[in-house]
Amino acid sequence: MIAFTFERFSRAADAANVAGARPRATFLGGGTTLVDLMKVDVLTPDTVVDVRHLGLSSIEVSDHAIAVGAAVTNSQLAWHPVVRERFPVLSAAILSGASTQIRNMATVAGNILQRTRCPYFRDVHASCNRRLPGSGCDALEGFNRGHAVLGISDQCIATHPSDMCVALAVLDAEVHTQRPDGTTRSIPFGDVHLAPGDTPQVEVALEHGELITHIIIPSLPGAQRSHYLKVRDRASYEFALASAAVVLDLEGENIRAARLGLGGIATTPWRASEAERFLAGRTASDSTFREAAEIALAGAVGRAHNHFKIELAKRTIVRAFAAARDTNV
Amino acid sequence: MRSHECFNRRVPALWTDRCDEVIDVTVTIRVNDTPHELSVDTRVTLLDALRDLLGLTGTKKGCDQGACGACTVIVDGQRVLSCLTLAAACEGQQVVTIEGLAGGGELHPMQAAFLHCDGFQCGYCTPGQILSAICAVREVHAGVPSYATADVRQTVNAATLTDEEIRERMSGNLCRCAAYPNIVAAVRQVLTNEVPS
Repeated sequence: MIAFTFERFSRAADAANVAGARPRATFLGGGTTLVDLMKVDVLTPDTVVDVRHLGLSSIEVSDHAIAVGAAVTNSQLAWHPVVRERFPVLSAAILSGASTQIRNMATVAGNILQRTRCPYFRDVHASCNRRLPGSGCDALEGFNRGHAVLGISDQCIATHPSDMCVALAVLDAEVHTQRPDGTTRSIPFGDVHLAPGDTPQVEVALEHGELITHIIIPSLPGAQRSHYLKVRDRASYEFALASAAVVLDLEGENIRAARLGLGGIATTPWRASEAERFLAGRTASDSTFREAAEIALAGAVGRAHNHFKIELAKRTIVRAFAAARDTNV
Repeated sequence: MRSHECFNRRVPALWTDRCDEVIDVTVTIRVNDTPHELSVDTRVTLLDALRDLLGLTGTKKGCDQGACGACTVIVDGQRVLSCLTLAAACEGQQVVTIEGLAGGGELHPMQAAFLHCDGFQCGYCTPGQILSAICAVREVHAGVPSYATADVRQTVNAATLTDEEIRERMSGNLCRCAAYPNIVAAVRQVLTNEVPS
């Protein structure tokens, strides 16, 4: 770890302004990604700006939405009674990730901005276009069992590791930010994360020093009929091999509208919009869900060790939709 | 080259060979009800500050990368990993370590339950297990769900909590001796005795 200065502010504008002015500054939330990657010299900030004391730690509830401060912890969000009641898929997705200790530390903004768990990204002796642009990608021909099959490029196949983000994607959340120049803006959740393409080092649509202040989750009638299913190598405290966040709006046996997000198999929190359109107006049967799953994975490309994820993801989708259908709401 | 002097004196157990540059901050951290004003390199974790600066070696360093839970402590009432917490970020916070549990010659009920249930073998993960378990019991009494809760809209109940739920709630603490069944038994004992913890 290299030496760095530690800064703590009480106003979001000051934090963004100072970070924006220093090219190697970074924000510190819970530190569960940052401190870990600083120890192995993958991240080498010269300034660490603590953003947990900016007055961004509350959850505000109204009839039409909830506003979640950027420094709210993952546990606080998952355990909040209104989140559990209105958005059970979000609560379950968060609770499926990491451990209680880590969820107690990790912030909502930090979860959104967390880095990939690709082992080549976190090994400074390996080639990784995301960490060092132009150096190559050791995952392409290396051990790629955990890697992505959707949203990939010939530069990078790293999986986005978040569970929470998969739920936020299907809930049409909005991310609000404070920019270093003092202005603010909101970004639809689906526009925050960028597929690697030819610039895998550019992971999110935020400028340097732009600070997430809060997210807005609009109320979604019918979100109670939802489910988050995570499939992984061990029962707990493990990243997804495949996961699905689903919301089903039913009228009898017919689907009025469906939402489908996928985790563990894509380079970004993945929204399967085409499969959602297919499901609208159809019968909520397992065979319909299987057809939707085929559509969702139609563009998937597997490599030497992760090809199994394509079929696994399809089965995960069917099981998640069936569980949502069979939920008593 | 790592300077031996700097390794021992200035920057305990730091993940660096760069000891030439040191940036210190002063923080006041309350540990087991005693305030400590510390001057620490910004890179020092709470784990290393507890062990190497305050001599509280009950908190264990296992993986030092957030994977094992051996370093679990309670900060402001919540269980967290001290290995991924910068000491510099702990200004004004209240930390409870394993050394802060027993009082007046009495073990904490969770410590007693681990002894009674034989919830350990080598003991290295045990301080983290016990602190984590104390918080797990509090969380159950607060009624909050885990991923093993059938429906997150339900309020969980200590009396009906399954072993699967206890395992899920304790999954952030690994035990290489595999004392898991007895750890589950210890947690259940405290849960069902409803001993205040």
